Amino acid sequence: MAAPCDPQIAFTAAANGARYSTYPRSWAYPDRMTGHHDDHDHHHDHDHSDLSETELRVRALETVLTEKGYIDPAALDAIIQAYETKIGPHNGARVVAKAWTDPAFKQALLEDGSKAVGTLGHVSRVGDHLVVIENTPQRHNMVVCTLCSCYPWEMLGLPPVWYKAAPYRSRAVKDPRGVLADFGVSVPTDVEIRVWDSTAETRFLVLPMRPAGTEGWSEQQLAELVTRDSMIGTGFPKTPGAPS
Amino acid sequence: MTDLAAAKVAADALPDLPRDDDGPVFREPWEAHAFAMALTLHDRGLFTWPEWAATLAEEIKRAQAAGDADLGDTYYRHWLATLETLVDRKGAASTLMLDRYRHAWDHAANRTPHGTPIVLQPQDFHD
Repeated sequence: MAAPCDPQIAFTAAANGARYSTYPRSWAYPDRMTGHHDDHDHHHDHDHSDLSETELRVRALETVLTEKGYIDPAALDAIIQAYETKIGPHNGARVVAKAWTDPAFKQALLEDGSKAVGTLGHVSRVGDHLVVIENTPQRHNMVVCTLCSCYPWEMLGLPPVWYKAAPYRSRAVKDPRGVLADFGVSVPTDVEIRVWDSTAETRFLVLPMRPAGTEGWSEQQLAELVTRDSMIGTGFPKTPGAPS
Repeated sequence: MTDLAAAKVAADALPDLPRDDDGPVFREPWEAHAFAMALTLHDRGLFTWPEWAATLAEEIKRAQAAGDADLGDTYYRHWLATLETLVDRKGAASTLMLDRYRHAWDHAANRTPHGTPIVLQPQDFHD
């Protein structure tokens, strides 16, 4: 199955033709895309989106209840955001910790992310095209999706709300250092910052550098240090002994 | 009541709700949406948690009678069915209307290319 891609949701009221305010969501609807993605070269533009039966039912409920005034999408988003770290399997941290401790796994992971993650029995549904990019002392990687906020939620849980915001997406490409500074992340000027633009088919996971002072730590201990933001390049792993 | 406090009340009223030490957990994003909708409707007084729990129990019973293996991963499927039943029963959204919108979303998704927002438009509705 192709990777989920997250279109921003908007809807137009059918009953009276009035356009409701757009409906930017705080989460990645796990839309299932069929066929090939309409990539940046626009070679395939006949493909369409596909929603599962369950997703259709959830959307129908949200739309009807919103139109009838029973729910407020903003209030709904606020609740969902409160749980953003509680949604999805969060396999990313375990994958990163394993790469830090197992050189063979790390090499396999960098060669073929989906395949390597697939060898870990406990990880299901990683998507077809997971590309893992490694941070080094010379290069810091950061992931953005200028197209549709494609986001590997099976690996990372729920995306942060700002990830889908237009200002983040466009500025990250033009001024990555400035965006990182906004997040309180300072990358030395002699370190190159590379921005990766996700598409519906290719999703990126940043492999952050292992924090110093963690020699001899177990995978499980290391996984505790791996934050979501460190895996999309807008943060670093926690350092040993620092408050979480 | 804050959202989190409301969620805690809900979690305490519903002993089978998947949760960890901090509160509810979700396997997929749609589950969080279904949870948030129930929380919001409860806040508005559409139903009480005991009423919700009774309806949920009926849904689970019905699903089991229909062959649901109940492996513990279907909790939010029952939750979604409960939402649909209760909003219909309380007159908030009829089953007919939900069906109409479900078909419309399907139509909208089918005509929407990858990577572009799925927008529900009048032509997605077939009456």
